[in-house]
Amino acid sequence: MTQQQRPAVKPVPIPTPETDFYWEKCQQHELWVRKCNDCNQAYFYPRDICPDCFSRNTAWVQCSGKGTLHTFGIVVRPPHRGWAEDVPFVVAMVDLEEGCRMPTNLVEVEADLNNPGEHIRVGMLVEVVWEDRTDKVSLPMFKPA
Amino acid sequence: MPNISRAAAIVGVAEADEMGYLENRKSDLQLSTEASYNALEDAGLKKSDVDGIFAAGNTLGLAEHMGIHPKFTDSTSVGGSSFVIHAGHAFAAIAAGYCEVALVTHGVAGHSRRFFGGAGEGGAPDSPGGQFETPYGFIGAPINYAMACARYMHEFGEERTREAMSEVTVSTRKWAALNPRALIHDPKAEIPLTMSFDDYHNSRWVCWPFHLLDCCLVTDAGGAYIITTPERARDLKKPPVWILGAGEGHDHGMISQMPSLTSLIARETGPKAFQMAGVTHHDFDLAMIYDSFTYTVMLTIESLGFCGRGEADDFLRGQRTAPGGDFPMNTSGGGLSYTHPGAYGIFLIIEAVRQLRDECGERQVPDCKLTFCHGTGGSLSSGGTAVLALD
Ligand SMILES: [Zn+2]
Repeated sequence: MTQQQRPAVKPVPIPTPETDFYWEKCQQHELWVRKCNDCNQAYFYPRDICPDCFSRNTAWVQCSGKGTLHTFGIVVRPPHRGWAEDVPFVVAMVDLEEGCRMPTNLVEVEADLNNPGEHIRVGMLVEVVWEDRTDKVSLPMFKPA
Repeated sequence: MPNISRAAAIVGVAEADEMGYLENRKSDLQLSTEASYNALEDAGLKKSDVDGIFAAGNTLGLAEHMGIHPKFTDSTSVGGSSFVIHAGHAFAAIAAGYCEVALVTHGVAGHSRRFFGGAGEGGAPDSPGGQFETPYGFIGAPINYAMACARYMHEFGEERTREAMSEVTVSTRKWAALNPRALIHDPKAEIPLTMSFDDYHNSRWVCWPFHLLDCCLVTDAGGAYIITTPERARDLKKPPVWILGAGEGHDHGMISQMPSLTSLIARETGPKAFQMAGVTHHDFDLAMIYDSFTYTVMLTIESLGFCGRGEADDFLRGQRTAPGGDFPMNTSGGGLSYTHPGAYGIFLIIEAVRQLRDECGERQVPDCKLTFCHGTGGSLSSGGTAVLALD
């Protein structure tokens, strides 16, 4: 008896009322973040009430899609079956031009374990690219600018 | 805030009957209950004496399993630091008269669970983590902590960071070799019993910048300890180990929300606990520091203020944390090579108490009178410090 392996699927986010708008814009390949009108700080991840000054006077702003690499790691052991055929890959955090930091993947770059610094440097300029994970959900990722 | 220093003492500590790679389907509850039984025995107390229970999450299930009807219950669950934080909570509860005999307990079949099912993969897909981290493969501590370490390398130099990490991993294995209960003695452990710096540098990558030998174990294990009032503590079998001070806190949950990837909340919990205890950095005979990863240790040493930011390499150089060194640390062999079921903090307390009681045989730190435990949990998120001493 042979058993058909289920195809490996990477995790897919499920939006909530606080994040619907973010994911709708992602589907259109636009990156938007929350910004507080009172303390003037952009923040990530999206939530209605400002995590700094706790103001409800917050808005969505569209991002340029540009930022700098805050840090990264090169994943060798797949953390989930969805990445079984997909290692090594680069996990990263990016400081967006708008002033907040987001978790992401760095793509279109060589992940060389023997000399990571040759291709990936903290502080390097990066720009957004999109991965359509499903028909409805696209994820912002970044590549060297 | 009133200073409650020495208002409670640890009077019993123990592990589960067996720990390591058990693969015998012992449940979390059984491991925890065995350890609790053994800790009560160590204290010379009965189960019916226990009127307060402290565990990371499941106090309902644990108290039921052991037939305990507590009048004080605390399920604080903030990662592996929880069991150091529980010491502070039990200390406060006893000082305030809410309970007299507190049981802190933890058991997890962390290793066997991998084979018998139940391992989760990331958070709920509608949670902040499930929406914004998990889809990118931010799953599991090694990946999250590795990114923090890479940032440290950027700020303070990759070579210096790597040197500090290697000092921690090599010195900790030297201690483990002296602890018969350390997993390192099990051939299945895949850790060399004596480990050279080369072994470290040559071990395989898990997530750059972490080698396998930067990462803690995942074992099946249980631990427990008992805290009680000064009056009861003085009448029991073993010398009381006094709680002199405690501090706790957290400044984020998810790794991407960490205010600075190179500074831990220990910067606040340490000074608070040391001040309550009336001690300074130079007074300690032993440091018990949560070693989920080598990086966790070096960052904790800096954040607690034993050295400045970026100075862990200078502080740790020359194996001063190894047996015979002038800064003995993690004498059980730590989460890196003694045991680590997924949340390890309780074992910091167990080893600290045993060292203070002079029960550690070959690995005994001479004249050990004052120590501290510092636990770090979550994604470098939470911290708890406890200062412990003999009379
Ligand atoms: Zn604000």
